[in-house]
Amino acid sequence: MISLLRSFWQVLKHTFHRRVTVQYPDEKPYLAPRWRGRIILSRDPDGEERCVACYLCAVACPVDCIALQATEDKNGRRFPEFFRINFARCILCGFCEEACPTYAIQLTPDFEMAEYKRQNLVYEKEDLLISGQGKYPGYNFWRVAGVGIGGKDKGEAEREEPPTDVRGLLP
Amino acid sequence: MNTFHEIITPILTVFGVLFVVLNLAAVLVWVERRLLAVWQDRYGPNRVGPFGLFQPLADTLKLLWKEDWIPPFADKPIFVLAPAIVMTTVLFSFAVIPVGEKIVIADLNVGLLYILAMSSMGVYSVVLGGWASDNKYSLLGGLRASAQMISYEVFMGLSLMGVVFVAGSFRLSDIIAWQNGHVWFVVPQFLGFVLFVIAGIAESRRLPFDLPESESELVAGFHSEYSGMKFGMFFAGEYMGVTLVSALIAVLFFGGWLGPVFGLTGWRATALGIVWLLMKTFFFIGFFILLRASLPRPRFDQLMSWGWKRMLPLALVNLLVTGAVVLAIGS
Repeated sequence: MISLLRSFWQVLKHTFHRRVTVQYPDEKPYLAPRWRGRIILSRDPDGEERCVACYLCAVACPVDCIALQATEDKNGRRFPEFFRINFARCILCGFCEEACPTYAIQLTPDFEMAEYKRQNLVYEKEDLLISGQGKYPGYNFWRVAGVGIGGKDKGEAEREEPPTDVRGLLP
Repeated sequence: MNTFHEIITPILTVFGVLFVVLNLAAVLVWVERRLLAVWQDRYGPNRVGPFGLFQPLADTLKLLWKEDWIPPFADKPIFVLAPAIVMTTVLFSFAVIPVGEKIVIADLNVGLLYILAMSSMGVYSVVLGGWASDNKYSLLGGLRASAQMISYEVFMGLSLMGVVFVAGSFRLSDIIAWQNGHVWFVVPQFLGFVLFVIAGIAESRRLPFDLPESESELVAGFHSEYSGMKFGMFFAGEYMGVTLVSALIAVLFFGGWLGPVFGLTGWRATALGIVWLLMKTFFFIGFFILLRASLPRPRFDQLMSWGWKRMLPLALVNLLVTGAVVLAIGS
């Protein structure tokens, strides 16, 4: 009987406790910069697409929500012909971001993607591409990579020495 | 003038009580959710209208638009009848509750017995609803309801007999008249009051005695198969049952509409009496919700052994002592 009265008192005291509810649409919570939300495709400092269409994100994706097709421009630079993410399937795990060798695909602190039509959750490349560089400013894959493309031959990348002439006699 | 009092006043009383009770059941949905939220450090429904006050309206509209599904394996006539029984019996019970001085729909001389009979009838809706659903969870809920009924109905009636002994009448207005002349029954009949509150919780199937429903084990117990407005009727019946038991506690043990009148007379005093009754009723409704917020559900056999081995002997002792005192003093 005493324990019953004590539990009544304990519950009544909660009337004056602080509310734990976050009244979401009125009161937006703080989202950390590393929050895993809506996926974007970033650009390099020159304003070109970072994505080299290597398919690693599509392979890493546990729910197979990423679809893309690789192609090359006239300089031999690879880029995706189309890049499609189905956010109805996406579980925002961030594996694609970890797999990406060029920092192209990134997750952002935004989760408010509600739609009335399911089809609207399928994002195409123009929806995914942003104009900025995202979390890794200044990084340009083609400028540091050892592959040659039109306008930049082998050995001309940053901090890269010209390739050794294997047929030459000098060291 | 005479015909006005003979015809118009009863009609006004009937519709007034019906209006207040039905709307109270709707408002209680909001009150309960808000109070539970307050005691669980949440806000509760606060989006629809000011303070979320239009939440019952939204709930009702949702229930009306829902598909009213009768399972093909159900016993259809009884399935449809069951939710109607709980509504009618509780509404019938309100007919004998005196809401103010000389304001009562039917001042029966067996008023208390009538209420006990109606509340026993109300159990049929639970038992039949559980049986007609042809679902194992519903059936278990119905079984528990019937076992719970035979455990608490006995001492529920006996706990009130002390009041009847002292007041010398089953008529509810006589009971209030006795309290007007002497003292509220909660003082001389404290044990009866405690027993009746416990039985009242079991009667309205509220936590901690919500064994017929027990959503954590039996899905939703007896109304697992109900949807749409039939479910809504069970829901409204439950809230009206809570209101009925709270009003009964207020009338039988806390003087009903009695209270300080601050020198008012005539219809103003009567109106103040109605306000007093409403305030007392709301206090006990709040207590019912507090019970739900703080107590766990006992096991099935614990409830039954409690009812038969503790509550029933206590009710009998209360009856014997009250009877002896009434005999000795001569009322």
